[in-house]
Amino acid sequence: MSAKEVLILILALLILFTALSIVVLSLVWIERKFLGRLQRRLGPTRTGPFGLIQPIADALKLVLKEDLIPSWADKAIFWVAPLLVLIPSFMIWVTIPATSDLALKNMDLGLFVIVALLVVSILGLLLAGWGSANKYGALGGLRAAAQLVSYEVPLVMVVVSIAILSQSLDLRVIAASQVPLDTAQPVLKEVMAAGGTFNHVGVPFVLIFPLGFVLFLIAGLAEVGRTPFDIYFAESEIVGGPFVEYSGAHWSVFFLAEYINTFLIAALAALLFLGGWYGPLLPEWFWFLLKTYLMVLVIFWIRGTFPRLRIDQLMAFGWKVMLPLSFAGVVITAVYRFYEWPAWSLSLMSLAILGVVGYWLYRRFTQPVIELAKAYGRHPGRTASAR
Amino acid sequence: MTTVGGSEELQSDQHVDLMLNMGPQHPSTHGVFRMLLRVDGEVVLDAEPHIGYLHRGSEKLSEGEQYNQVITLFDRLDYISNFNNEWVYCRAVERLMGLEIPERAEYIRVILGELNRIASHLLFLGTFGLDAGAMTPVMFSFRGRERIQALFEAVSGARMMHNYFHIGGLKEDVPDNFPQLMTKLLSEIWVDVEECDKLLSFNEVFVARTKGVGAIDLETAIDYGWTGPCLRACGLEYDVRRAEPYSLYDRFDFDVPVGKDGDCWDRYFVRVLEMYQSLVIIEQALKDMPPGPVMALGRRLIRPPKGDVYVRAENPRGEIGVYLVSDGTDKPYRVKVRPPSFCSLSALRHLVKGAYIADAVVILGSLDIVLGEVDR
Repeated sequence: MSAKEVLILILALLILFTALSIVVLSLVWIERKFLGRLQRRLGPTRTGPFGLIQPIADALKLVLKEDLIPSWADKAIFWVAPLLVLIPSFMIWVTIPATSDLALKNMDLGLFVIVALLVVSILGLLLAGWGSANKYGALGGLRAAAQLVSYEVPLVMVVVSIAILSQSLDLRVIAASQVPLDTAQPVLKEVMAAGGTFNHVGVPFVLIFPLGFVLFLIAGLAEVGRTPFDIYFAESEIVGGPFVEYSGAHWSVFFLAEYINTFLIAALAALLFLGGWYGPLLPEWFWFLLKTYLMVLVIFWIRGTFPRLRIDQLMAFGWKVMLPLSFAGVVITAVYRFYEWPAWSLSLMSLAILGVVGYWLYRRFTQPVIELAKAYGRHPGRTASAR
Repeated sequence: MTTVGGSEELQSDQHVDLMLNMGPQHPSTHGVFRMLLRVDGEVVLDAEPHIGYLHRGSEKLSEGEQYNQVITLFDRLDYISNFNNEWVYCRAVERLMGLEIPERAEYIRVILGELNRIASHLLFLGTFGLDAGAMTPVMFSFRGRERIQALFEAVSGARMMHNYFHIGGLKEDVPDNFPQLMTKLLSEIWVDVEECDKLLSFNEVFVARTKGVGAIDLETAIDYGWTGPCLRACGLEYDVRRAEPYSLYDRFDFDVPVGKDGDCWDRYFVRVLEMYQSLVIIEQALKDMPPGPVMALGRRLIRPPKGDVYVRAENPRGEIGVYLVSDGTDKPYRVKVRPPSFCSLSALRHLVKGAYIADAVVILGSLDIVLGEVDR
């Protein structure tokens, strides 16, 4: 590798980091504004037009704040932990293609690398909790370890299903195999020339494999610790968990990592299930960003709607519902591929599984409470809409 | 099984429980409550509540104030439902003096008291959502509460510490546009309450977090002295407004919502249903409100005859009791308050044993304590 190549690489990494920082700033603004609208507030309005400068003000405040390190903390671990969370989440982005030819380093095993790197952040969270020598921190770190390990498995299983569907772990191929053949031609030709394999399906995987999409979204939310799975830093219980002793710039590193990860899950959902950067008329990067930001909005919407699960419920849901379902997903995709059934058969199977499980959950948990509410004397006739 | 604070040397195979200090500076201890949890992993083995961080000696202070001045101290007991507190104290003094207060004043007291109940329950709904991890309900419920407080400000001049109910009636009559204000407010509050209800009550995750959590049976609840929504959630239809109707409550047609299981969700839902009932009461009271004077006494200096009296009322948090002893001077000889929150809180240890840490927060939230009243 010549000096020039190294220089270019460093420059590219810097550009990537800047881009991700801008993305995080935009996410902060969108989250505050969007949640505000969900809650019938305005969100930030005072800093710049529509409060656009607000994330910058937030970031400035964070960086200028005094960075406290508790005297009883394990200093080395305390320092390293935020980086251990940030670096993997940043490294993942090296392999994510934003358009058919825009990726820092496209890999044949891109999806594998992503899944492998996603696990590393557990270590950082655990160390952060442990190193800050705080009981809440330790509890949070252990929660994070349990949660992230549990939901890693369903996530991997969904990824395996996707690999079965597209016969590739290359994100470009996965995206290309979801669109009509003439649109996907350039990428697929390139892959064929390089001797790669693929299976062209022609429709976004969300249509033929909705089960996987739902599982991926749930497991992804758990992986990045967003509501309803924000259990390891649960503000109202363990007051920030691993981050409880962090402040200022150190805390903002965690914050950055969390938002990069959120964006990652949204981007992966777009790439794996929504046909990636492909779309009519408009440029590829636009479609990629549009789909990703739409997924981000869904994540924020969920945050505005749901309370937080309890740790035992989270584990039970992970191991008793998510894991069997994700295995079922692998089995039905494998069967579909092996017997070469038509695409609608897979979507039918997915929807049937989703429907059955959803109905079972409703009957088991929600319906009894609705019945109970009726018994307690809820008077629908007296409510405002009926008046 | 030993418990260590953190500094002792441990053997590698020794099982240790963790002492977790929750509060007084913790986001979900509702003020300055503190509990020491002994936890084994995520499971709470024991909880030791510590109260008294907000002790201001209100009862003792009352002995040094004139009768009308004590009202301000009662405002600050349960600072979420000020009107109800003023009301029960005023009723105690009025009973001691054998005073009949004008009908219009009674109606206004009922309306404001019930509005305050809604405001209090809305605050509960929002903070309970926060305890469970939902951030939206608090925004929705505070909107409704804000509207109610705006009306309180229009009526009494203050959003919270009103000092509006005086002994013998009210400080002054309500503003002329009170009926219009109320009509507008009622139509908005119906919607607000219903929105909050729809947002949270049957949310799957919320139900999973609260249903079956912190359940208590009726006998134990009675033994702990529970009253109000917490007791009614256990299945007993006991409401002071119904059991011993005071003021005008025998004139209104309303239900007393009752739960069955006595868990967090029932305690929550009983409060939601109560908000609807309060609206029903307000509508009836507003319809019948007569014109006339609002003050029975012409003088400010009050000297009740010697004697003592115990008066109770249904506050948003349960039955509040005021025991008042007069020695014939212009200051009470002794004021004793029986706060509902204190009794609810006393069962906390019983409830959180064996629960998860996350449950402990939800259970504490479901009791809806106000530390100003617990510590006095």
